[in-house]
This record gives sequence, structure tokens and C-alpha cells, in this order.
Amino acid sequence: MTERKIRVLVAKPGLDGHDRGAKVVARALRDAGMEVIYTGLRQTPEMIAEAALQEDVDAVGLSILSGAHMALVPRVFELLKANGQERVKVFLGGIIPDEDVPLLKKMGVAGIYGPGASTEIIVREVRAAIKE
Amino acid sequence: MPLVDSVLSGNRLALARLLTQVENDTPEGRAALDAIFTQTGQAHLIGVTGAPGTGKSSLVNQLALHYRRQSGALVAIVAVDPTSPFTGGALLGDRVRMRDLAGDPGVFIRSMATRGSLGGLAHTTAALTQVFDAAGYGIILIETVGAGQAEVDIARLAHTTLVVEAPGFGDDIQAIKAGILEIADILVLNKADQPGVEITERALRGMLELAHPTRRAFQHHGRIETMDAAASTPEKLWIPPILRTVAIQGQGFEELIGAIARHREHLRQSGDWTRRERARLESEVEALIQEALTAQFRASIPDAEYAEKLEQVFDHRLSPWEAVKELLDGRAATPAAARSRRSRETSQSRRKE
Repeated sequence: MTERKIRVLVAKPGLDGHDRGAKVVARALRDAGMEVIYTGLRQTPEMIAEAALQEDVDAVGLSILSGAHMALVPRVFELLKANGQERVKVFLGGIIPDEDVPLLKKMGVAGIYGPGASTEIIVREVRAAIKE
Repeated sequence: MPLVDSVLSGNRLALARLLTQVENDTPEGRAALDAIFTQTGQAHLIGVTGAPGTGKSSLVNQLALHYRRQSGALVAIVAVDPTSPFTGGALLGDRVRMRDLAGDPGVFIRSMATRGSLGGLAHTTAALTQVFDAAGYGIILIETVGAGQAEVDIARLAHTTLVVEAPGFGDDIQAIKAGILEIADILVLNKADQPGVEITERALRGMLELAHPTRRAFQHHGRIETMDAAASTPEKLWIPPILRTVAIQGQGFEELIGAIARHREHLRQSGDWTRRERARLESEVEALIQEALTAQFRASIPDAEYAEKLEQVFDHRLSPWEAVKELLDGRAATPAAARSRRSRETSQSRRKE
């Protein structure tokens, strides 16, 4: 029997085409020994929830730079819940204005990381959130 | 078992969770595999392998689209990517090329990491396909890691193996080396709109003709004559066709799907379908015996003794062969083994008398 590997989906919902941040985080999680499922650009919340279901992930990391987070994030939560995946932790990265942070946390976002965030901290917090 | 029942009744979340149990080789996963085994053996397992960058994921994407359009059969995709040997982590990126399949509940894509296995698949890939098979997925597409020359496990697992090549990947010497090209049931020349496609096709064709001479050309008194090779049972011999595709544009897939169907028909009629199944199940049983015996053997030796022997090998005082021999002998001296040996000896000596 092998130990349970942490599986994380890294996705970029919305229409902006900059996935460097998502790739840096995906790489950091990989180097921390996790299995990262990378889905690429321009994913709809429906595609993300479906991939999270099929891959049976422990966490979903969303990268949003377009400013559409207040529309996209609640929709992802809604769909995860509809699929019976309430236990999946959601993390958010990108350009998130300070005033939105408390609202997003209230929705259930487990961690929010802007430009310059340390990948070490991201890895530590993802690991801690999944252990809960 | 409630999880198994949910899977068999088509619950996708239950399926995803069972796949995780099976992939992690948990006791629950093993028990579920035992429970579903009688339901397996229905699906057509199609392997897709080839070097990195030849377009395997895009090809799988198109195949799934065509199968869904053509037959409406449920399609499962198991996409394998490598695990880092240093960190144990993995980046599974095959879904990036499969976005056309999103939104179709008749397609289920599961990415998996090799987790230390070297043959191009993970240890539990075969078990995952059994779960899909039992869950009613009639077509199971298995995409291997980007394979070089020796990652040929897929040929043991799949009924039909596609080897994907692209223009510019080596000459005719590469083509006659042993290994990956040998396992092809169908050779797919993808990216066929790129320059160099003629040269690659000629090299592949040359390789195939060396392996399966159907018609021999030779010079006879300065004239070129041809002769049919002594084909013993031509209808029983499958000669891998070479098919051109352009996966990102969906070109060539009617033909490819036709060839896969012909191969399936060929396997059924020649009896190779059963033969392959039997060979695969036999090697599965053998692998499990090996695993179980190794575990049993390790459990029978105190850790300290094992570590001590390893230390002796590390210090170059004992060769690995000797270490194994001493460990095995040491185990034979345990009471149970010694007893059975003694009884064997006495029965032998009795026979002598």
C-alpha cells in the first residue's frame, strides 16, 4: 500500500491568457511531492468542477487575473457542492483587491495569494488545509 | 459493498473515489477489484504510445470525440505522465489537449502518475482499466508516458496498440531497432501536414516490410522480378497499417477508427483476443505472486538482520548475490521451514529405503 498522494487541480478560469503564475505554483506543488493536474487556459467553472470530480482531487487552485473572481469563484463552489465535493479545498491566486479578500474567505476560499507570494508558504498552507 | 454498487449504477463521484482507492492500492480498493472482476472483460482497451511531442494527447482527444459521435459508447481515458524520481511529485498535463471533451458526461478522463514504474504505465493502470470496464465504459483509451524505446508495457495491457510517430523523429535505423515500433498494431503518422512526412513514412514502411515481407522484389539476371512471399496463413497475419493523421485538425480519424475496428475483428477471428487476455491475466497473477512472496519473505526476516546484510554489501564485504543467498538460507532455518525441510528429507530417505 502506498501513502495517499495529495492531488491538486490547477486551473485558469476566465478569459485572460497569462498562465505564468499558475505554472509557477503548479511546479512548486509538484516539487513538494504532490500530483498536480494542470488543465490550462480559459476553463469554465463547469470544466473545472468536472475535472475536479474525475480526478478526485483534494484541492483546486484557481488563478484569476481578469478581475472576474467575484463571479467565477462562487460558481466553482456551487458546482463542487452540486457534485458532492464540498470537502475539496479551494485556493486562489492572481490579482485580488484587498477589499474582496474577506468576502472570498467567507465563501470558503482556503488561501489567497497575490503577486510575490512565496511558493514555500503556498505549499505549506495547501498541505495544512488538506490535513484538516 | 456500497461504493462498488454506486459505481456499477453509474455514479461518477463513486467511480472517481474508487479509482483513487485502486490507484493507492488500499485494502478497500483491492476488495472492490475482487468484487467487480466478474463484470470485466467487455471493453476494448486501446493503447496510445509514442515519443513525447508526437501528439498522443491530441490524438486521444480526437479518438474520443469520434467514438462518442459514432457509437455513443462510454469512453474512458487513462492518461499517464511521469512521476519525478527526486520529489515524488508529478505534473499531469494531458487534460490540456482534451478540452473538447469537457461537458460530455459519456467521457471520463483520469490522469495518473507513474509513481516509480518504468514501463510507460503505472503499476495500477491495469487495475484502473478494470474499474472502467466494470463501470460500463466500452472504449478505454490508455495514453502512456512519452515513451522512448523500451516502454512497452502497454502492449501487454491493450488489445490494440497505436504507436504514434511524427515527421522528423529519426531515420530507418531507429525504425529497425527492437522495442516500441515492434509493439504497434497500428502505426499512426501524426502531424502529417508537416514537412518530412514522406521520408518518415518510407522509413516506417521499410521497417514493416523487413518484419512482414509480403512481396519480395529481387534482381534476377538484371531484371527486377517480384514474388509473393510464402504467406503461410495470410488471413491470420495482421500487418500493421500506417495511417496519416493531423490530430489538431481532426484529419484522418475515420480511417484510423476503421483500422482499429478491423484490428478488433482480426483479434476476434484469429483467436488472438483470447490469447492476449490470457497472457495478460497470467502475467498479472505472476506479478501478484512475486509481490506477495517478496512481502512475505521480508516479513519473515528481522529488520536488523536485513539491515546488517545490506551494511555488509555496502562495505563490499559481501556480494549482493551472497547476501540474498544468506538471507534465503537464514529464512529456511526458521522453525516452520526447517520442519518442512526435515519432513521432506525423511520422506526422501524413506523412499530410498
